[in-house]
Amino acid sequence: MVAGDEDILAVEGLSLSFGGAVAFAEIDLSVAAGEIHAIIGPNGAGKSSLINAITGLYAPQAGRLRIGDARFARVPARRLAELGVARTFQNLALFKSLSVVENVLSGLANVQRAGLTAQLLGLSAARREATEHRARAESVIDFLQLGMFRGRAAGSLPYGLQKRVELARALVANPRLLLLDEPMAGMSAAEKAEMSGFVLAAREMLGTAIVLIEHDIGVVMRLSDRITVLDHGRRIATGTPHEIQANPAVIAAYLGAEDDPENEAKAA
Amino acid sequence: MATALPVTSAQPRRAGAAGILLLLAIAYGLVPLVGTSYLFEAILTPFLALALAGLGLNLLTGYAGLLSLGSAAFMAVGAYAAFNLSLRLPGLPLPATILLAGLIAASAGVIAGLPALRLRGFYLAVSTLAVQFFVAWALNRIGWLSNDSPSGIIDAPRLVIAGLSFDDARGRYLFSLTIVALLTVLAWRLVRSPTGRNLVAIRDHETAARIVGVKVARTKLLAFALSSFIVGIAGVLWAFAYLRTVEPAGFNLDRSFQILFIVIIGGLGTLRGAFLGAGFMVVLPLLLSRLGTALLGDGFDTGTLEMVQRIVLGTLIVAVLIREPAGLAALLDRAFRRLSPRS
Ligand SMILES: Nc1ncnc2c1ncn2[C@@H]1O[C@H](COP(=O)(O)OP(=O)(O)O)[C@@H](O)[C@H]1O
Ligand SMILES: [Mg+2]
Repeated sequence: MVAGDEDILAVEGLSLSFGGAVAFAEIDLSVAAGEIHAIIGPNGAGKSSLINAITGLYAPQAGRLRIGDARFARVPARRLAELGVARTFQNLALFKSLSVVENVLSGLANVQRAGLTAQLLGLSAARREATEHRARAESVIDFLQLGMFRGRAAGSLPYGLQKRVELARALVANPRLLLLDEPMAGMSAAEKAEMSGFVLAAREMLGTAIVLIEHDIGVVMRLSDRITVLDHGRRIATGTPHEIQANPAVIAAYLGAEDDPENEAKAA
Repeated sequence: MATALPVTSAQPRRAGAAGILLLLAIAYGLVPLVGTSYLFEAILTPFLALALAGLGLNLLTGYAGLLSLGSAAFMAVGAYAAFNLSLRLPGLPLPATILLAGLIAASAGVIAGLPALRLRGFYLAVSTLAVQFFVAWALNRIGWLSNDSPSGIIDAPRLVIAGLSFDDARGRYLFSLTIVALLTVLAWRLVRSPTGRNLVAIRDHETAARIVGVKVARTKLLAFALSSFIVGIAGVLWAFAYLRTVEPAGFNLDRSFQILFIVIIGGLGTLRGAFLGAGFMVVLPLLLSRLGTALLGDGFDTGTLEMVQRIVLGTLIVAVLIREPAGLAALLDRAFRRLSPRS
């Protein structure tokens, strides 16, 4: 594994187990600036756990990570936004009672500078910042076509829209690295196409590197620059969509997963 | 739970602003003219103090999702701090005394909030309960705090600001009203600020809040500080303007539960909930005693009243929790929406 200097994320020999159960082991992964890097694999392969370890929610037992210039054995989750990393969750993690706009605004929590007194007294520094942040939030809301829902409580929206609000909250901070854990799960083909368009456009506009966990192989092939395949917590292959399609280990792993519910993966 | 908490939108807010101005006009203009001493002393002043305590607790429990059973302890810290400040620094103007008492209560809140960095839900509630018992113990044991009064009951100082006395019933009402109005504006600014948004973010999804860069530990302690500041000043009003004595019994565990019930019945996570809940809590016993006397005549004594009151209150809380977790505030909103032509 070559970890080039331009890589925004480098994971080396990362391992995590829960008690005796291995979530993933000895994972190497590198993501270049602006790259869309998909992580695929059957359910329970360790994809979400890997992202949770990269974002500091799980503490890996071995291995190292580099995000930009910062090296960690364990990433402190509270520093994530400051490191330019944003993420969405496999199971929605919105602020349900806040409106769509407020959810997106909260994605700027890390760059909030005006102190409490300035906010309470409505000093000009706080007002200026509020105006600027609102403009940023509104432009992301427009970009993701959430305008007509901006005042609605996020928890009251249908599932597909909630996924989109979560993407908006992650994008508003202009992250250098964005981790998306199954952003299209449970969506119709049309919704997936729409979401794919947003993911590509986000990369074009912001140059964000994106780690994408997705089960729909069609989507993965279309969006990804590179793909890493996990199986039972091990990395069995990394390569371009073309290379992955032809990889015997990948084919074996997928054909072996007879009773896996994500059989759509085989269709590709 | 997704529907349990209120949805913010612009239209009711504008109607709300007009409503608040109207309420203030009545509270300052009409009520002082027509009110009786009984209305001021037995209804409005305790209502204001309890509403303020509810407002403070609501910031912590309703907005930030941190359950506290120690409200009365923070009220006590405020009241005793104000008493000692006015006793030991006689030159200090009353507004400064109250502000400092609030700040002392806020510091106590920060200390009491430290466990919240590790505990949540039930365990946090138990740790605030410990604060309640500790404060009660300290007030009984440390005579210095009550100026070594043998009974532990001390007269509250007079309410005088810049030579103006607020000692009569109407004055104490206006004094309380002004403090409550000012602190309500403060709380209103807070819940609409980015900091207020962070409080709700921590309540709704602490992990996501941390990931987007909300300083979770600092924000939780801030919630304790701001909440205790307001609850502490509510304690000053309770002792100085309502009871006119400062004594530990005014701030026992029952009081903590009363404040919590006010917030639950009124509506968690709304500012008006505290006022609705407090109004309910003050008016309920009066209604029950009228009703009881009408139905049972002299058989309805204070003992019976207290028992009936507890049963009715308990039933209502259970009913609210089951039927309308967002409390009276949500009920009222729905009624209002049904009455308004279109929205
Ligand atoms: N918090 C956790 N506690 C215990 N086991 C976990 C936890 N998170 C994940 N696992 C286990 O780790 C393995 C990988 O799970 P996960 O990372 O969710 O897989 P994927 O996202 O690829 O479906 C599974 O066996 C799962 O049960
Ligand atoms: Mg997963």
